[in-house]
Amino acid sequence: MNGFKGMMLAGAMGLASAGMAQAADDTIKIGVLHSLSGTMAISETTLKDTVLMMIDEQNKKGGLLGKKLEAVVVDPASDWPLFAEKARELLTVDKVAVMFGCWTSVSRKSVLPVVEELNGLLFYPVQYEGEESSKNVFYTGAAPNQQAIPAVDYYLNELGVQKFALLGTDYVYPRTTNNILESYLISKGIPKEDIFVNYTPFGHSDWSKIVSDVVALGADGKKVGVISTINGDANVGFYKELAAAGVTADKLPVVAFSVGEEELSGLDTTNLVGHLAAWNYFESADTPENAAFIKQWHAFIGDDKRVTNDPMEATYIGFQMWVQAVEKAGTTDVDAVRDAMYGQEVKNLTGGIAKMLPNHHLTKPVLIGEIRADGQFDIISQTEPVAGDAWTDFLPESAVLESDWPGLGCGMYNTETKTCVQLKSNY
Amino acid sequence: MSRSFFARNPSVLWFILILAVFTLAVTLLSDAYGVAFVSTSFVKTLGKTLCLCLVALAMDLIWGYAGILSLGHMAFFALGGYMLGMWLMYARTEEIVVAALAEGVLPATAEEIRQGIATQIFGVVGASELPPIWVFAHGFWLQLALVVAVPGVLALVFGWLAFRARVTGVYLSILTQAMTLALALYLFQNDSGLRGNNGLSGLQNLPGLGDVSQDRLSVWFLWASAAALGLGYALLAWVVSGKFGSVIRAIRDDEQRVRFLGYTVEGYKLFVFSLTAVIAALAGALYYPQAGIINPAELAPIASIYLAVWVAIGGRGRLYGAVIGAAFVTLVSSWFTGGRVPDLPLGFYTVQWVDWWSVVLGLSFVAVTLFAPKGLAGLFDLWQGLRAPNRRGAPLGPDDGALMEREARE
Amino acid sequence: MRSLYLALALCLSALFALPASAETAAEIVARNAAAIEKPSRQTIGPVIAELAASGDAQAAAILEAWGDKRLGQRKADGAFFIIAKSADGWALTDLAGADAGTAAKGDIAELKPNAGVRGLIATALVQFTLSDPDRAKRVAALESIAKDPKPEALEPLSASVAGEDDPVLRAQKERLVGLLTIRFGATSQARVAAIESFGRDPALDLRAALNPLVATTRIAFAGEPPAGANIARELKPGRDLTEAEAYDLLVAANLAPARLTVDEARHALAANLKDGAVGGVPLADLSRQEARDRAYNALEAAGTVPPAATDAEVAAAVAAHRFAEAYAEPDAAVTAAAAAALGRIGTAVGAMQAADLALDALSLASIYFLAAIGLAITFGVMRVINMAHGEFIMMGAYTGYVVQLWITNYTLSIIVALPLAFAVTFAAGVAMERLVIRHLYKRPLETLLATFGISIALQQLAKNIFGTQARPLTAPAWLDGAWVVNDVIAISYIRIAIFALALVFLAFFLWLMKRTRLGLEVRAVTQNPAMAASMGIDPDRINMLTFGIGSGIAGIAGVAIGLFAKVTSELGSDYIVQSFMTVVVGGVGNIWGTLAGAALIGLMQKGIEWFNPSNTLAAQTYMILFIILFIQFRPRGIIALKGRAAGD
Repeated sequence: MNGFKGMMLAGAMGLASAGMAQAADDTIKIGVLHSLSGTMAISETTLKDTVLMMIDEQNKKGGLLGKKLEAVVVDPASDWPLFAEKARELLTVDKVAVMFGCWTSVSRKSVLPVVEELNGLLFYPVQYEGEESSKNVFYTGAAPNQQAIPAVDYYLNELGVQKFALLGTDYVYPRTTNNILESYLISKGIPKEDIFVNYTPFGHSDWSKIVSDVVALGADGKKVGVISTINGDANVGFYKELAAAGVTADKLPVVAFSVGEEELSGLDTTNLVGHLAAWNYFESADTPENAAFIKQWHAFIGDDKRVTNDPMEATYIGFQMWVQAVEKAGTTDVDAVRDAMYGQEVKNLTGGIAKMLPNHHLTKPVLIGEIRADGQFDIISQTEPVAGDAWTDFLPESAVLESDWPGLGCGMYNTETKTCVQLKSNY
Repeated sequence: MSRSFFARNPSVLWFILILAVFTLAVTLLSDAYGVAFVSTSFVKTLGKTLCLCLVALAMDLIWGYAGILSLGHMAFFALGGYMLGMWLMYARTEEIVVAALAEGVLPATAEEIRQGIATQIFGVVGASELPPIWVFAHGFWLQLALVVAVPGVLALVFGWLAFRARVTGVYLSILTQAMTLALALYLFQNDSGLRGNNGLSGLQNLPGLGDVSQDRLSVWFLWASAAALGLGYALLAWVVSGKFGSVIRAIRDDEQRVRFLGYTVEGYKLFVFSLTAVIAALAGALYYPQAGIINPAELAPIASIYLAVWVAIGGRGRLYGAVIGAAFVTLVSSWFTGGRVPDLPLGFYTVQWVDWWSVVLGLSFVAVTLFAPKGLAGLFDLWQGLRAPNRRGAPLGPDDGALMEREARE
Repeated sequence: MRSLYLALALCLSALFALPASAETAAEIVARNAAAIEKPSRQTIGPVIAELAASGDAQAAAILEAWGDKRLGQRKADGAFFIIAKSADGWALTDLAGADAGTAAKGDIAELKPNAGVRGLIATALVQFTLSDPDRAKRVAALESIAKDPKPEALEPLSASVAGEDDPVLRAQKERLVGLLTIRFGATSQARVAAIESFGRDPALDLRAALNPLVATTRIAFAGEPPAGANIARELKPGRDLTEAEAYDLLVAANLAPARLTVDEARHALAANLKDGAVGGVPLADLSRQEARDRAYNALEAAGTVPPAATDAEVAAAVAAHRFAEAYAEPDAAVTAAAAAALGRIGTAVGAMQAADLALDALSLASIYFLAAIGLAITFGVMRVINMAHGEFIMMGAYTGYVVQLWITNYTLSIIVALPLAFAVTFAAGVAMERLVIRHLYKRPLETLLATFGISIALQQLAKNIFGTQARPLTAPAWLDGAWVVNDVIAISYIRIAIFALALVFLAFFLWLMKRTRLGLEVRAVTQNPAMAASMGIDPDRINMLTFGIGSGIAGIAGVAIGLFAKVTSELGSDYIVQSFMTVVVGGVGNIWGTLAGAALIGLMQKGIEWFNPSNTLAAQTYMILFIILFIQFRPRGIIALKGRAAGD
């Protein structure tokens, strides 16, 4: 018996030493923390490939600071505790200079304490609910005021919607976003009883009741609009049911915050023409930068049919900014790079300039697109770049908060009491 | 009953000895207390594995010894984590809020502190009121009592209902699975008051120990987990070694006969079910501060099935089998999915383990159930020269292992 | 013929109008180029109105092209054209209607007005198209009016009714006239008559016209109600609204001072901190609410802070005022008629909602039944726990997807996919039975583990082969859309098809088990294998076939489920627990039990969803809790086998 146990022990030691590979001095390591298996692999694998593509290209240009870039890819397997474990491993064992990763808010919240404890650097490329500002994270996706609020403004001003159905998958992003939107709508004079909220589980497939509930909202003669924060696979069943119920965009528009080109590729979109999505990027954007990016992506992935999407653009911008900041700082040291990040500018793929703000968010244009029959989007509205706001102005508790790392040295500064509420994040 | 407990159960001493050596070795190789050979993240992995071994022990008692295939024990495990997590989260947030409010002009009222904590914890899920189930969250001992009480009472009620109705075999398995699913779905709801899908996070930061580094905390937790596992092993070995153990094995082999002999079968089953639930909950309470985050996905029915699989692979009906199974499968799995195993080129196709490990794991379950029903621990039987009698395909009990035969000699 | 005259008349009037506005449509567009490039619904109205009123015969064509996203702008000089796709770019037509050659793809920026602007364009086009000879355009005009009812539309619409010779459209127009009259009719009598004319019609558009009439707001006033207010009912504080709500109304109407909030109190106290004390209360004491109140009262007495309304003052203010719900619509006769009409409709709508819910429940039940029927064979009859059952469903769905890759005709592909899915999963089932399950008949709990292993292996294999992205499985066009009884009761054809499929399989199962030799042998083998064997039945063969059939049916269920939901590698695991519960709740070994189980679960779930429409997750949770409790009291399910057949 002890022999076997000993074997196990030896095996464990082997594992440990396998993880202790020494960092070579002539490369800069970049951690890629995206799920390659499990439920989120569907979305995150694309981002892993995007980072690899960017690293590849940077190396072709001769690397960074005279060193080659090397990707360290790990698989947190859509398992939230594993995100924290893998992040710790990347920072302490592999000693990566920077990490690109996470998709869901839960995974980010899982990683946060680790990057803050070990003073790492994480670039988070997905639109999210805000209400957070970490010294060690740069948020290159949209904050609520860069996606949700402009989309609601579009509903109010352009479509004249008077009654809102907020449908979401039951997790933190829809919950917080809907909370912000509810408070915003009330401030715009929409009575509370005209806001219908529904949450469904991940992967929900039985939509008939919910769709008929939403249609029935029109009974009081007000124009109804749906704001969907439904995530992932569940959209397939939702849109199929919408199409079957004959809900056209004319009668009852749906604007989605989590449906992009990638999600639509699992659907026949002929019945969905005219429904909306709000993002900071669409593949159909007509700029030379975007054309080059798509060409590069197709060449890298070896498939001309693969689409590009918003989080890919966010990854692209984040990576370019980090490269510029490292060049400016002349080192990959986290504190130096962070200081160099502020004010960095990269061209958006949709036009305009993305600039890194003191609150670790970007300036981004907000685009609203209508679904086309070919699974792409017609861009029908594009704003000037909007500055991302970590703490929304539409919730009373967070309206008084401000994030300004270089100026105030605080991510959660109460402008009323003039105190820093806390330096580390509330996870 | 002539010889002492340890003499009759030599495996207990051996086990504790090996565990002690292992813990000492890891400590001496750790970043904080040794030569920095084993990274902190790996110490955490080892600590968590020990907790999983403990819950596997509980599973072995209920399945391997009592013959009840419960597919709900990971729910108790997670519940334990939730109960302790509530205190961790509350107390840590309280420190932050008190410090922040202390900078205000007026001293904070208790109500303001409570309000501040609620906004901090529930702000992310769009609420600012502390739900009623957090009423004890401010007290460590209260919440620790709940770690035992909540899963214990749940197991007691559920078990009482199920055993009283004589739900047995696969029906009970499906029923426990339904219970896990219901609990997971309930916790997924925001209305449950435990932050829905977001769960409780930042649990690795212990309140009051903000300036102790994770390097050291991880080793402390390893010690605690090892101690819990050692105690658990001794306790369960004691439980199964006496008359009580004989009765539950008898229930496993033929429930009706035991009932006819006058034993209250339901009482025995209920005791085992609740005891194992409590052990699972304690293991969970130790596990999640090391994992750092707990959310309802941890209660998914598949987690409990994996638990059964560990025990099956390790070898049911013997305690060290469960430990070996849990440790072996989790460590090997995390190695293969870690992306550090070299690809296997087959010429026409390159096997990437990240993609193929699940396939291999799944098929190995099949192989184990078909060809090695005694699991990895069956190797010890070969080593000790023990063989099960060849009964030529006659119906056997779920286990015909060596321990039973040795007892028969006593 | 009549419409032709009308069109002629319109053209003539346009011709006469021409000299009055000297500008052509093209000139108007050019002058408003900036607004047309980036139109907003809130500002573009005048431009559209100007175009529509220009009298230029070309204006309608321009507006139409703009609304259809067929208007383009040459990047070089900013000139506008009506564009059409041609072989190598765009074929251009200038705004005067003349051919303007072609342009390369990159030279033209397409104009994409948003849906709000398109709506305005459609409304403007109504005057041109209400009597258009093209039926499709008349339909579009009516849709546009229905979507966005405007008072201006009433007159031209009423005028066009007489000239309409299409009976369907005529009925639609008459209905629309009625609806518009309810809202915008000139006299009270006309509106009431219009309301009465609809009777108990439950249609959504009628309710949409009536409900705004009876919409109320809460008002507060002292003494008599304000003149002109159409009071729906008076509200008594304490009964119809809480005192706090009543006071909030008073505050909103500036009839009372606002109440002091905790935040304001804190600010006031902090601002009056002097010598370590506020209003004589030492700072250290202020960590208690009671001390803070005391300090505030002291400050109030000293006059340094504004007085805050106390509870007594609030009560007095509320008592001194009256509260009521007032209609926004001032005409009392109309509101009374509308309220009465809605009351009539309400009961009808309630009954129909119940019917719709029942249809949804039936549909959900049929989906559960379909997912569980294969399991009713493998688990119910053979007592094999097959955790890979869900993956067989998934295999069926992927088979459908692969077939659609090769056969692009959706109808044909489904006809091919159904038997093929059966064949594929039948083969997989037989292979699994031969290789694994056969060895484990005596160890049911271990079957669970082994099949679970197979399940995760199959799931990962599907991921490796098809990727993690959801794959499309598209229903043929004749299954698109829904069977619409009225605006409340509707169910999609695809769900009806699934329901029919479930019935077919129920019949198939009954026929197979009760009417065929195979069924007889299956029943014999499951009841007593040894006896069956001695009667000359080969139990191995029977077990293999039975398992294969059960798996095959799962495959067909997969195609059906994939059609209405998604095809992913996790498709199967979504249904596995529910399927087992369906079989267990219904009663193992009896197909009617499975049917009853599916019906119960479907009904329960929809019923709970109806009680709590904003939280679907709760419905699932409580449904499972209910099942757990149910099994405690009927451990053998709804329809329990008795005697020998029960097996134990």
